[in-house]
Amino acid sequence: MSEGLVTVSYIGAIILFVLTLGGLSHQETARKGNVYGMIGMTIAVLATVFGPEVTSNIHLIIIAMLIGGSIGITLAKKVTMTQMPELVAILHSLVGLAAVLVGYVNFMDESISFPTHAEKVIHEVEIYIGVLIGAVTFSGSVVAFGKLSGLIGGSPLILPARHWLNLGLLILSIWIGYAFVQQAETGGAMTYLMIMTAIALLFGIHMVMAIGGADMPVVVSMLNSYSGWAASATGFMLSNDLLIVVGALVGSSGAILSYIMCRAMNRNFISVIAGGFGTDTGAVTGGTVEDQGEVVPVETDEVANLLQNAKEVMIIPGYGMAVAQAQHTVNEITKTLRNKNVNVRFGIHPVAGRMPGHMNVLLAEAKVPYDIVFEMDEINNDFPSTDVSIIVGANDIVNPSAQEDPNSPIAGMPVLECWKGTTTIVLKRSMATGYAGIQNPLFFKENTRMYFGDAKESLDAVLKELQ
Amino acid sequence: MKIGVPSEVHTGEKRVATTPEVIKFLQKLGYSVAIESGAGSRANFSDNAYQESGAEIISDTKTLWESSDIILKVRAPEKHPTLNIDECDLLKEGQTLISFIWPAQNEVLMKKLSEKNINVLAMDSIPRISRAQKMDALSSMANIAGYRAVIEASHHFGRFFTGQITAAGKVPPAKVLVIGAGVAGLAAIGAANSLGAIVRSFDTRPEVKEQVESVGADFLLLDFEEDGSGEGGYAKTMSDEFIAAEMALFAEQAKDVDIIITTALIPGKPAPKLITKDMVSSMKDGSVIVDLAAEQGGNCELTVPHDVNVTDNGVTIIGYSDLPSRLPTQSSQLYGTNLRHLLTDMTPEKDGQMIIDMEDEAVRGATVINKGQITWPPPPPKLSATPTIKPPEPTPVIVEEPKKPTLLRQSLPLVIGALMLYGLGSVAPSSFMTHFTVFVLSCFVGYMVIWNVTASLHTPLMSVTNAVSSIIIIGALIQISSSGTLLVALAFIGILITSINISGGFAVTRRMLEMFRK
Repeated sequence: MSEGLVTVSYIGAIILFVLTLGGLSHQETARKGNVYGMIGMTIAVLATVFGPEVTSNIHLIIIAMLIGGSIGITLAKKVTMTQMPELVAILHSLVGLAAVLVGYVNFMDESISFPTHAEKVIHEVEIYIGVLIGAVTFSGSVVAFGKLSGLIGGSPLILPARHWLNLGLLILSIWIGYAFVQQAETGGAMTYLMIMTAIALLFGIHMVMAIGGADMPVVVSMLNSYSGWAASATGFMLSNDLLIVVGALVGSSGAILSYIMCRAMNRNFISVIAGGFGTDTGAVTGGTVEDQGEVVPVETDEVANLLQNAKEVMIIPGYGMAVAQAQHTVNEITKTLRNKNVNVRFGIHPVAGRMPGHMNVLLAEAKVPYDIVFEMDEINNDFPSTDVSIIVGANDIVNPSAQEDPNSPIAGMPVLECWKGTTTIVLKRSMATGYAGIQNPLFFKENTRMYFGDAKESLDAVLKELQ
Repeated sequence: MKIGVPSEVHTGEKRVATTPEVIKFLQKLGYSVAIESGAGSRANFSDNAYQESGAEIISDTKTLWESSDIILKVRAPEKHPTLNIDECDLLKEGQTLISFIWPAQNEVLMKKLSEKNINVLAMDSIPRISRAQKMDALSSMANIAGYRAVIEASHHFGRFFTGQITAAGKVPPAKVLVIGAGVAGLAAIGAANSLGAIVRSFDTRPEVKEQVESVGADFLLLDFEEDGSGEGGYAKTMSDEFIAAEMALFAEQAKDVDIIITTALIPGKPAPKLITKDMVSSMKDGSVIVDLAAEQGGNCELTVPHDVNVTDNGVTIIGYSDLPSRLPTQSSQLYGTNLRHLLTDMTPEKDGQMIIDMEDEAVRGATVINKGQITWPPPPPKLSATPTIKPPEPTPVIVEEPKKPTLLRQSLPLVIGALMLYGLGSVAPSSFMTHFTVFVLSCFVGYMVIWNVTASLHTPLMSVTNAVSSIIIIGALIQISSSGTLLVALAFIGILITSINISGGFAVTRRMLEMFRK
């Protein structure tokens, strides 16, 4: 395959990747978008393999791809939908690791020559940046995986003077980078590259460790963005436009996604990345928690009765639904109620769960039709006409103090205004607080009923009663 | 302890103080329950149903009163028609009576009860605090009265409530005016609204405007500023000027509306006369007035308490004072549940031992006689269900204007960015700049494509971009042809792990998308 044909194939692949991202923005075109992505990737790989740059060791490529491919497919088949965030995080780490490896190989390969000194310097800088981003992505994703799968505790680890520490690491990296470029002439640069890699790995760990569990969705999306930038940096290093374009696409889309999510939580993007949310809030709330009154617990039959006699029911799922694996029961209840002509709808907060769109995926897994699943902005005005809202294991996203208490750590965050409905039923294991660690006045409202117990068991009981 | 529930003896009273459903809960609290035979029959609860839920049926009234520790009733004790003895005299020392008492109006009864050395809890004296709402029988009865008022009105009204256009002509909707938007008023508004009528409402307390609108009525506003909110969520007496303006409004409305439902009450005072004789005579033939304040003298001058009368110009005025009793099944169920909640609070150990805790604000309020001592009226409740004193204090809150980013702040990053780009452009070779152009343009394409993503697709989008980012495999593929075993080995690992990512990422996205369906 000639150079020209390879370039044309790359252009085709780029177009297909743009169509992939565009397609994934909407429900109707999403599946097609995914197919475009697969075709694009196939074209890009084939064009490279049969292109002029790959001259030997094709059998190794086949072996590696066969092994890797089968591992990937097995993973994708085995994973349960509640483990989705972990899987995405660990896959990110692979991209980061690959970027590091490619950077090292490129650095060690002595066959590459440059016409001018400036180009050589730029190339060294590109290698350096590529490895740096790759290493941060790798270690950050591994920590994110650990946090999401529960191997590492969810609470943020705050080192003293962490911002200074980060700044120090950054300056150190820049200085080492300078030394690296200087040494590249004489051949002693490898040590610097390795030191920098170690620093970058530490930096990635520290960054994600400092971010609380509630902000995990943003982190996953941010790491996604990083993996794109890493690919893009590798593209610069290899002078490969396909890598640059696709990396930039992924990088910017990930960044936008993180930004959209931060906006949904009314958080400052920078402060989420800097970490530490949910730590210095205890003292603030301590003063404002007054005698909130008492909660009204209900029994299964009362819940079933409320649901049966309602016309408009809103279900608000949260992380608790994912933990209890209650989405199938929720779907059964939805079906039963809809057959009885109760209008059941779902209200999804943008940051419900531990990953953006987490709830949508779980509900889709349980085969809840997506046209009754609504976003917060679409349904928040409908609560006054809602008869019963059921909160399945959510807390902070339905906390009225976000609107009522300016001292609350979540003040200003948009929340689902379920308390405006006639009755709210809260499914909860206990009176414990949510991820933000703050008390929820919703539980003490007059029209709120608490239904204690494991979400799955409780809902199963309700379902039985309904049938 | 044993709970006894006698039949109600008041003429026309159909309610009963407990239901089979409530009895199950009472038993869980550790009580045994006995009920007089036939006590629930007028509320459609048969003796069999009570027996099935575990209650003991006692046919002799005296035995029932004799053998119980706690007596649950609806109406205050009065002369028993068949036994020819006052119910007070059936009570014996140490017993507890829980029912409506109205201690303010019934001084003689209070005295009589206190002589018996018993405990008396008045359901009408439960304080109106948030905590005690679940036992607030006044609210639950008012709710029923409001609903029933609309039903009674429609019964006497010769037309539809809802407007219709039929083959036989157009039917205009009925216009309903509800005066007083307390619990009963709101229930009436809701019921009339769901029958299809045009509903308007007036109340002296401006803060109920929102509540009125939430149940579907227009709130009539007076061009007059005075807040009629009294303590405990009730209304207070208004100034003369206000009343004059109010009366003018009613006179004007009376000519227009078909049905007037009045629920205006001020605690401890006779009901205010709001609908005058003149207003009634200005109403259309066939109009209906339901006076929920009939027992306290009525809001309408022509109301005959406890009865229905029709004026010369054909206006029906309903003065029933027993509206809750006209929906006996419903009101017994709600009243029984109110009692059950009170008993739940009074039985903290769930061992069937009732404790009158005078520290508990709700119980303290309800307890009008404690061991023969009259403990009424209680000290004023600490908290009101609705905030009472809330004049918007002119606190010197400096409203922080959202800091508008100054022109400098806005443009600074742009300027810095531009300078950096220029700096880069001045030193970088052209080959780099072509790549850089491509890079910047791609960033914008990514931004444009992603900006409008549906939130529900965030996860699939992320997993697909993850798969796409493994385009980095191209780098490893190119490097596999390098010379040197180490380089080849590293490239091999690179290809291997990115392949995991490619196949895993796309496959998992596919799996997720398969699940999204209409």
